[in-house]
Amino acid sequence: MSWMVWTMPTAIFFSAIAAMLAGMTVWEIVSPTIERKGFLPISTTRGDRLFVGLLSAAFIHLGVIGYTSLSIWLALAASLVWLLVLMRWG
Amino acid sequence: MNKVYNNRAWLLVLPMLILVSFSAIVPLMTVVNYSVQDVLGPNASFFTGTEWFKTMLNDPELQAAFLRQILFSFTILAIQIPLGIGIALIMPKSGWQASAVLILITLPLLIPWNVVGSIWQIFTRGDIGLMGWGLRQMGVDYNITRDGTDAWLTIILMDVWHWTPLVAMLCYSGLRSIPDAYYQAARIDRASKWAVFRYIQLPKLTNVLVIAVLLRFMHSFMIYAEPFVLTGGGPGSSTTFLSQSLTTMAVGQQDLGPSAAFSLIYFLVILLVSWVFYTTIMNMQKDKNSQGGA
Repeated sequence: MSWMVWTMPTAIFFSAIAAMLAGMTVWEIVSPTIERKGFLPISTTRGDRLFVGLLSAAFIHLGVIGYTSLSIWLALAASLVWLLVLMRWG
Repeated sequence: MNKVYNNRAWLLVLPMLILVSFSAIVPLMTVVNYSVQDVLGPNASFFTGTEWFKTMLNDPELQAAFLRQILFSFTILAIQIPLGIGIALIMPKSGWQASAVLILITLPLLIPWNVVGSIWQIFTRGDIGLMGWGLRQMGVDYNITRDGTDAWLTIILMDVWHWTPLVAMLCYSGLRSIPDAYYQAARIDRASKWAVFRYIQLPKLTNVLVIAVLLRFMHSFMIYAEPFVLTGGGPGSSTTFLSQSLTTMAVGQQDLGPSAAFSLIYFLVILLVSWVFYTTIMNMQKDKNSQGGA
């Protein structure tokens, strides 16, 4: 595995993604998702909302890193809040 | 209706999943790892955090390449989509002429990308190329290795030549699927040609057009071989598009960290656009189904 040059932050990142996917699978088995329409212009399932949340989180991070001098933790916090809002009301 | 869900069928996907994890997921993870480090050798790497991303996002050359890429993609869409519809409308509808025209139209699609580049490279040469020589004989100062505008126009012309047939064929198949009854009704109403196009053909073409726009956008956003062979990104960097900047950085200069960060940004942009297009297509079909069911 050394050729993949793992670092702690990236390992945590991918573990978090894997945990999310596993969690979503368990959640889906326990109570299957119902497609519904929230504030997003399209009707979405839970998985769709997670995807939108993660993708916008990526762009939030890029924006903060590239064009502001704010801390990346602020971007992470904003992304998490946005993800929760999206999962609940999106 | 009660659907039976049998999740054991997922096991059949397992071989594919293993294959993809080695061909795509593990390499992607490695790219992510590289993007936060300065890897000098097998056991010498330094953690750089978000530095590469910051550099890449603020790199004026990459920003210029990104703008050129967007300008290019939208220019060829603005030309190819209307042109493709137009060609599909005048194509013969039956008989041997239809087959002959279809074959003629498809020919450019069969040529590999770098060969298309070579063809146009020779075609536009001032000494032996028909177009290059011909234009110069007519007194046009045409030189794609010196004049950025000429290079741009040639690349756009080349892409239009290579890919408009795809749009035309998609539209042609869309047009063929319109039942005759619509045209009969239009004749009874004495609808003009424009009205037939606007209220029958165009609405029926929407679905294939979305597919055409999606395919053409993705293709053109990742264009590499054709401009690389034709102009090599020049003159200067006037026709250097994103994938070529990436190759220069990753293969030419071996700047693995920055190019990893840049590929991730590139990947995210493509992912975003694909998702928007995919969602649009799926929702259009959903709307249609709900109308059909009502």
